[in-house]
Amino acid sequence: MRRGVLLLVLFAVLMGFFAVGLTLNPREVPSPLIGKPAPVFSLPRLDGAVQTFAPQDMLGQVWLLNVWASWCAPCRQEHSLLVELSKTRLVPILGLDYKDQRNDGLEWLHEAGDPYTLSVSDIQGRVSVDYGVYGVPETFVIDKKGIIRFKQIGVITQEILQTTILPLVKELNG
Amino acid sequence: MAKLFALAFLAAMAFSAQAKDAVPIASDPALEQRLNKLTENLRCLVCQNQSIADSNAGLAVDLKNQVREMMVQGQSDQQIADFMVQRYGDFVLFRPPVKTSTWLLWFGPLLLLLAGGAGLLRKIVRQRKSASDVQLDDTVHKRVQVLLEAVKKEETV
Repeated sequence: MRRGVLLLVLFAVLMGFFAVGLTLNPREVPSPLIGKPAPVFSLPRLDGAVQTFAPQDMLGQVWLLNVWASWCAPCRQEHSLLVELSKTRLVPILGLDYKDQRNDGLEWLHEAGDPYTLSVSDIQGRVSVDYGVYGVPETFVIDKKGIIRFKQIGVITQEILQTTILPLVKELNG
Repeated sequence: MAKLFALAFLAAMAFSAQAKDAVPIASDPALEQRLNKLTENLRCLVCQNQSIADSNAGLAVDLKNQVREMMVQGQSDQQIADFMVQRYGDFVLFRPPVKTSTWLLWFGPLLLLLAGGAGLLRKIVRQRKSASDVQLDDTVHKRVQVLLEAVKKEETV
């Protein structure tokens, strides 16, 4: 009898582990950069302006860094959401055009609308490696002190925006 | 003649295909070997069950180039591994480091072995005890004696 109960408990524990394991997404690698300062870089602007952009330029503001590319199909899914978000002026979105030809990037923004305060061009993908990017799109929430607070791997959905990103932006601004 | 041409063509194709497979990017074979050895232990984030050495994914190629550059600059394997972990976390290593959060991972199997061993030992000791506790009554005792004597007789014959 006692043995039966013990086996049942062991079975339940095992099932518990499996249940949790099934809801995890193995493709989402937790970023070690959360809570750390956003890596420093200086990249040319996509629009061809002479100035380069560096994350320090955004100190004092909460902002989003959205990694995108004109060749990236999933990016198109979130693009209209980003355009909408940019119209609300709740948070500035900076774009990082990942391993893209400048003309292709510009053309895409011209076609689909440009939600970005500005975009920078990471043709070699080196800066993206510093940010631990391993797929596009990825989005970082960076606070006023330049600390990375959140990383969204993959497409931003309306739900993620409303329940995670915007509340976090509000909290960091408050 | 046409056959010969076809054969020559095929041979040339095979060679060109081979030449394309081996990518002699660095001129230093020792460095390439070191690069291979190191990147075999780094996980490709895009295709997670492949190593960076094995993968042809864009990111893996980029990272290989990055590692190669760092090697040329004279950085140690440890420095390069740290560089990767800083950006992608321990997940990038196929051999996770031993630290408090990974103790269960490293020593869990040993723990299971010990628990199993302890259980087995307990069971054996208990069985022995119950075996020596058996009391033989007289009839059994006599029968054993008869049997033992029979064996002795047979041995002496």
